[in-house]
Amino acid sequence: MIRSAVIVFPGANRDQDMCDALSQFGAAPARITHTETKLPDRLDVLVIPGGFSYGDYLRCGAMAARTPVMQAAREFAKKGGKIFGVCNGFQILCEAGLLPGALTRNQSGRFVCKQVKLRVENNQSAFTRGFSTGAEITIPVAHGEGNYRIDEEGEKRLIAENRVALRYVDNFNGSVGAIAGILNEEKNILGMMPHPENAALPHHAGLDGGKFFENLLAA
Amino acid sequence: MRAKILIRLKNGIADPQGAAVGQALARQGNEGVTDIRIGKLVDVTLSDSLTPSAAEAVLQKMCADLLANPVMENFEILIEPQGKTA
Repeated sequence: MIRSAVIVFPGANRDQDMCDALSQFGAAPARITHTETKLPDRLDVLVIPGGFSYGDYLRCGAMAARTPVMQAAREFAKKGGKIFGVCNGFQILCEAGLLPGALTRNQSGRFVCKQVKLRVENNQSAFTRGFSTGAEITIPVAHGEGNYRIDEEGEKRLIAENRVALRYVDNFNGSVGAIAGILNEEKNILGMMPHPENAALPHHAGLDGGKFFENLLAA
Repeated sequence: MRAKILIRLKNGIADPQGAAVGQALARQGNEGVTDIRIGKLVDVTLSDSLTPSAAEAVLQKMCADLLANPVMENFEILIEPQGKTA
Protein backbone atom coordinates (compact mmCIF):
# COMPACT_ATOMS: atom_id res chain seq x y z
CA MET A 1 0.00 0.00 0.00
CA ILE A 2 1.21 3.48 -0.87
CA ARG A 3 1.76 5.60 2.22
CA SER A 4 1.13 9.32 2.03
CA ALA A 5 1.40 12.20 4.47
CA VAL A 6 0.09 15.76 4.41
CA ILE A 7 1.98 18.57 6.13
CA VAL A 8 -0.34 20.87 8.07
CA PHE A 9 1.30 24.25 8.62
CA PRO A 10 -0.32 26.92 10.79
CA GLY A 11 -2.57 28.78 8.34
CA ALA A 12 -3.09 25.88 5.92
CA ASN A 13 -6.73 25.65 4.84
CA ARG A 14 -6.85 23.07 2.04
CA ASP A 15 -5.36 20.27 4.12
CA GLN A 16 -8.71 18.55 4.70
CA ASP A 17 -9.60 18.71 1.00
CA MET A 18 -6.24 17.14 0.22
CA CYS A 19 -6.74 14.40 2.81
CA ASP A 20 -10.22 13.69 1.38
CA ALA A 21 -8.83 13.29 -2.15
CA LEU A 22 -5.95 11.08 -1.01
CA SER A 23 -8.39 8.96 1.00
CA GLN A 24 -10.70 8.61 -2.00
CA PHE A 25 -7.94 7.28 -4.23
CA GLY A 26 -5.93 5.28 -1.70
CA ALA A 27 -5.72 5.30 2.06
CA ALA A 28 -6.06 8.06 4.60
CA PRO A 29 -2.80 10.03 4.76
CA ALA A 30 -0.91 10.77 7.96
CA ARG A 31 -1.22 14.41 9.04
CA ILE A 32 2.06 15.87 10.23
CA THR A 33 2.94 19.30 11.57
CA HIS A 34 5.65 21.85 10.90
CA THR A 35 7.63 20.91 14.02
CA GLU A 36 8.30 17.30 12.98
CA THR A 37 11.95 16.55 12.33
CA LYS A 38 11.25 13.10 10.94
CA LEU A 39 8.69 11.95 8.38
CA PRO A 40 6.65 8.76 8.95
CA ASP A 41 8.48 5.49 8.25
CA ARG A 42 8.22 3.99 4.75
CA LEU A 43 6.57 7.09 3.37
CA ASP A 44 6.04 7.17 -0.41
CA VAL A 45 4.34 10.51 -1.04
CA LEU A 46 4.58 13.78 0.89
CA VAL A 47 1.92 16.38 0.08
CA ILE A 48 2.08 20.09 0.89
CA PRO A 49 -1.45 21.49 0.62
CA GLY A 50 -2.77 24.96 -0.09
CA GLY A 51 -3.65 27.75 2.27
CA PHE A 52 -1.93 30.73 3.81
CA SER A 53 0.82 29.25 5.95
CA TYR A 54 2.03 31.73 8.57
CA GLY A 55 -0.43 34.26 7.19
CA ASP A 56 1.85 34.78 4.16
CA TYR A 57 4.24 36.69 6.46
CA LEU A 58 7.24 38.16 4.61
CA ARG A 59 6.41 36.30 1.35
CA CYS A 60 4.04 33.45 0.52
CA GLY A 61 5.64 30.23 1.74
CA ALA A 62 8.79 31.92 3.09
CA MET A 63 8.27 30.97 6.73
CA ALA A 64 6.98 27.45 6.09
CA ALA A 65 9.96 26.74 3.83
CA ARG A 66 12.32 27.23 6.79
CA THR A 67 10.59 24.89 9.28
CA PRO A 68 12.08 21.65 10.63
CA VAL A 69 9.65 19.48 8.65
CA MET A 70 10.90 20.99 5.39
CA GLN A 71 14.44 19.93 6.25
CA ALA A 72 13.07 16.41 6.62
CA ALA A 73 11.27 16.86 3.28
CA ARG A 74 14.54 17.86 1.63
CA GLU A 75 16.19 14.64 2.80
CA PHE A 76 13.13 12.63 1.74
CA ALA A 77 13.32 14.11 -1.77
CA LYS A 78 17.06 13.45 -1.99
CA LYS A 79 16.32 9.76 -1.43
CA GLY A 80 13.78 9.80 -4.26
CA GLY A 81 10.59 10.32 -2.24
CA LYS A 82 7.77 12.02 -4.14
CA ILE A 83 6.64 15.49 -3.07
CA PHE A 84 3.47 17.09 -4.38
CA GLY A 85 2.91 20.77 -3.59
CA VAL A 86 -0.33 22.52 -4.48
CA CYS A 87 -0.89 26.30 -4.43
CA ASN A 88 0.76 27.44 -1.16
CA GLY A 89 2.57 24.09 -1.34
CA PHE A 90 4.07 25.16 -4.69
CA GLN A 91 5.07 28.52 -3.19
CA ILE A 92 6.70 26.72 -0.24
CA LEU A 93 8.66 24.37 -2.53
CA CYS A 94 10.00 27.36 -4.49
CA GLU A 95 10.91 29.24 -1.31
CA ALA A 96 12.65 26.10 0.00
CA GLY A 97 14.72 25.94 -3.18
CA LEU A 98 13.36 22.49 -4.05
CA LEU A 99 11.86 24.00 -7.22
CA PRO A 100 13.32 26.97 -9.15
CA GLY A 101 11.71 30.39 -9.51
CA ALA A 102 9.20 32.20 -7.34
CA LEU A 103 5.49 33.05 -7.23
CA THR A 104 4.41 36.63 -6.88
CA ARG A 105 1.25 38.72 -7.14
CA ASN A 106 -1.10 38.04 -10.02
CA GLN A 107 -0.54 40.58 -12.78
CA SER A 108 -4.12 41.84 -12.37
CA GLY A 109 -3.63 42.42 -8.65
CA ARG A 110 -6.75 40.34 -8.04
CA PHE A 111 -7.29 37.12 -6.15
CA VAL A 112 -8.69 34.71 -8.73
CA CYS A 113 -10.97 31.82 -7.81
CA LYS A 114 -12.36 29.99 -10.84
CA GLN A 115 -12.17 26.90 -13.03
CA VAL A 116 -9.25 27.14 -15.46
CA LYS A 117 -8.11 25.10 -18.44
CA LEU A 118 -4.61 23.64 -18.26
CA ARG A 119 -2.56 22.01 -20.97
CA VAL A 120 -0.54 18.95 -19.97
CA GLU A 121 3.00 19.51 -21.30
CA ASN A 122 4.77 16.52 -19.75
CA ASN A 123 2.91 13.24 -19.41
CA GLN A 124 6.02 11.25 -18.52
CA SER A 125 6.25 12.10 -14.83
CA ALA A 126 5.00 10.03 -11.92
CA PHE A 127 2.38 12.73 -11.39
CA THR A 128 1.11 13.31 -14.93
CA ARG A 129 1.35 9.91 -16.63
CA GLY A 130 -1.92 8.76 -18.12
CA PHE A 131 -2.77 12.16 -19.57
CA SER A 132 -2.01 12.57 -23.24
CA THR A 133 0.51 15.29 -24.12
CA GLY A 134 -1.32 18.47 -24.99
CA ALA A 135 -4.49 17.27 -23.24
CA GLU A 136 -6.62 20.11 -21.90
CA ILE A 137 -7.95 19.56 -18.41
CA THR A 138 -10.10 21.75 -16.17
CA ILE A 139 -9.06 22.33 -12.56
CA PRO A 140 -9.94 25.23 -10.23
CA VAL A 141 -7.48 27.87 -9.02
CA ALA A 142 -7.79 30.04 -5.92
CA HIS A 143 -4.84 32.35 -5.45
CA GLY A 144 -3.68 35.96 -5.33
CA GLU A 145 -0.01 35.17 -5.85
CA GLY A 146 0.37 32.59 -8.58
CA ASN A 147 2.35 34.66 -11.04
CA TYR A 148 5.33 32.38 -11.72
CA ARG A 149 8.64 34.21 -12.19
CA ILE A 150 11.93 32.78 -13.40
CA ASP A 151 14.78 34.33 -15.38
CA GLU A 152 15.16 33.60 -19.10
CA GLU A 153 17.98 31.14 -18.57
CA GLY A 154 15.97 29.28 -15.94
CA GLU A 155 12.93 29.09 -18.21
CA LYS A 156 15.05 27.74 -21.08
CA ARG A 157 16.43 25.10 -18.77
CA LEU A 158 12.95 24.04 -17.61
CA ILE A 159 11.87 23.62 -21.23
CA ALA A 160 15.05 21.82 -22.32
CA GLU A 161 14.72 19.37 -19.45
CA ASN A 162 10.99 18.82 -20.05
CA ARG A 163 10.15 20.09 -16.58
CA VAL A 164 7.16 22.26 -17.43
CA ALA A 165 4.33 19.94 -16.41
CA LEU A 166 1.33 22.23 -16.95
CA ARG A 167 0.55 25.54 -18.63
CA TYR A 168 -2.53 27.74 -18.42
CA VAL A 169 -4.46 27.85 -21.69
CA ASP A 170 -5.44 31.42 -20.76
CA ASN A 171 -2.57 33.04 -18.85
CA PHE A 172 -4.80 34.92 -16.39
CA ASN A 173 -2.12 35.57 -13.74
CA GLY A 174 0.76 36.68 -15.97
CA SER A 175 3.09 33.73 -15.31
CA VAL A 176 6.28 33.41 -17.36
CA GLY A 177 5.38 31.09 -20.24
CA ALA A 178 1.90 30.65 -18.75
CA ILE A 179 3.50 28.07 -16.45
CA ALA A 180 1.07 26.49 -13.98
CA GLY A 181 3.19 23.60 -12.68
CA ILE A 182 6.81 22.44 -12.79
CA LEU A 183 8.92 19.43 -11.92
CA ASN A 184 12.35 19.29 -10.28
CA GLU A 185 15.35 17.94 -12.16
CA GLU A 186 14.85 14.37 -10.92
CA LYS A 187 11.08 14.67 -11.59
CA ASN A 188 10.09 13.40 -8.14
CA ILE A 189 8.72 16.81 -7.07
CA LEU A 190 5.75 18.57 -8.70
CA GLY A 191 4.52 22.01 -7.70
CA MET A 192 1.33 23.43 -9.24
CA MET A 193 -0.94 26.38 -8.48
CA PRO A 194 -4.32 24.80 -9.47
CA HIS A 195 -6.13 22.55 -6.97
CA PRO A 196 -6.60 19.00 -8.30
CA GLU A 197 -7.96 17.97 -4.89
CA ASN A 198 -10.97 20.14 -5.69
CA ALA A 199 -11.62 18.34 -8.97
CA ALA A 200 -11.48 14.77 -7.79
CA LEU A 201 -14.59 13.78 -5.84
CA PRO A 202 -18.15 13.11 -7.09
CA HIS A 203 -19.51 16.31 -5.52
CA HIS A 204 -16.90 18.50 -7.27
CA ALA A 205 -17.64 20.43 -10.46
CA GLY A 206 -15.20 18.25 -12.42
CA LEU A 207 -13.07 15.16 -12.01
CA ASP A 208 -9.96 15.98 -14.06
CA GLY A 209 -7.80 16.28 -10.94
CA GLY A 210 -8.39 12.66 -9.95
CA LYS A 211 -5.68 11.42 -12.32
CA PHE A 212 -2.96 13.08 -10.21
CA PHE A 213 -4.06 11.07 -7.19
CA GLU A 214 -4.52 7.85 -9.16
CA ASN A 215 -0.93 8.29 -10.34
CA LEU A 216 0.46 9.17 -6.94
CA LEU A 217 -1.26 6.29 -5.21
CA ALA A 218 -0.77 3.63 -7.88
CA ALA A 219 1.29 0.77 -6.45
CA MET B 1 23.68 48.74 17.13
CA ARG B 2 20.81 49.30 14.76
CA ALA B 3 20.39 48.62 11.10
CA LYS B 4 17.70 48.91 8.46
CA ILE B 5 17.18 46.44 5.67
CA LEU B 6 15.26 47.77 2.66
CA ILE B 7 13.76 45.13 0.40
CA ARG B 8 12.46 46.13 -3.01
CA LEU B 9 10.85 44.28 -5.89
CA LYS B 10 13.24 44.09 -8.84
CA ASN B 11 12.54 46.19 -11.90
CA GLY B 12 10.26 44.24 -14.18
CA ILE B 13 8.44 42.45 -11.34
CA ALA B 14 4.86 43.70 -11.36
CA ASP B 15 3.74 45.49 -8.21
CA PRO B 16 -0.08 45.59 -8.31
CA GLN B 17 -0.09 46.83 -4.71
CA GLY B 18 2.00 49.84 -5.68
CA ALA B 19 -0.17 50.45 -8.74
CA ALA B 20 -3.40 50.34 -6.70
CA VAL B 21 -1.98 52.69 -4.05
CA GLY B 22 -0.77 55.01 -6.83
CA GLN B 23 -4.25 55.12 -8.32
CA ALA B 24 -5.80 55.91 -4.92
CA LEU B 25 -3.27 58.71 -4.34
CA ALA B 26 -4.06 60.15 -7.77
CA ARG B 27 -7.78 60.06 -6.97
CA GLN B 28 -7.03 62.10 -3.86
CA GLY B 29 -5.62 64.82 -6.07
CA ASN B 30 -1.90 64.17 -5.63
CA GLU B 31 -0.44 65.36 -8.89
CA GLY B 32 2.88 64.77 -10.55
CA VAL B 33 3.50 61.25 -9.25
CA THR B 34 4.42 58.93 -12.11
CA ASP B 35 5.08 55.67 -10.27
CA ILE B 36 4.63 54.09 -6.84
CA ARG B 37 6.37 50.87 -5.85
CA ILE B 38 6.07 49.37 -2.39
CA GLY B 39 8.83 47.48 -0.61
CA LYS B 40 9.61 46.37 2.92
CA LEU B 41 11.61 47.84 5.76
CA VAL B 42 13.09 45.56 8.43
CA ASP B 43 14.44 47.31 11.55
CA VAL B 44 17.14 45.22 13.18
CA THR B 45 18.71 45.73 16.59
CA LEU B 46 22.07 43.99 16.97
CA SER B 47 24.28 43.39 19.96
CA ASP B 48 26.68 46.28 20.55
CA SER B 49 29.45 43.73 20.98
CA LEU B 50 29.46 43.04 17.21
CA THR B 51 32.12 44.75 15.14
CA PRO B 52 30.75 46.64 12.12
CA SER B 53 32.11 43.99 9.76
CA ALA B 54 30.58 41.16 11.81
CA ALA B 55 27.26 43.06 11.81
CA GLU B 56 27.45 43.51 8.04
CA ALA B 57 28.16 39.79 7.63
CA VAL B 58 25.19 38.66 9.75
CA LEU B 59 22.86 41.14 8.02
CA GLN B 60 23.97 39.88 4.59
CA LYS B 61 23.44 36.29 5.70
CA MET B 62 19.96 37.01 7.06
CA CYS B 63 18.95 38.54 3.72
CA ALA B 64 20.23 35.48 1.87
CA ASP B 65 18.70 33.00 4.33
CA LEU B 66 15.20 34.44 4.55
CA LEU B 67 14.55 38.16 4.27
CA ALA B 68 14.85 38.62 0.50
CA ASN B 69 14.06 36.32 -2.41
CA PRO B 70 16.71 36.87 -5.11
CA VAL B 71 14.31 35.78 -7.87
CA MET B 72 12.18 38.88 -7.40
CA GLU B 73 13.75 41.17 -4.80
CA ASN B 74 16.84 43.32 -4.19
CA PHE B 75 17.93 44.39 -0.71
CA GLU B 76 19.96 47.20 0.76
CA ILE B 77 21.56 47.22 4.22
CA LEU B 78 21.95 50.50 6.12
CA ILE B 79 23.88 50.30 9.40
CA GLU B 80 23.18 53.29 11.65
CA PRO B 81 26.24 55.12 12.95
CA GLN B 82 27.23 54.04 16.48
CA GLY B 83 26.11 56.22 19.35
CA LYS B 84 23.06 57.57 17.57
CA THR B 85 19.86 57.25 19.59
CA ALA B 86 16.61 56.28 17.95
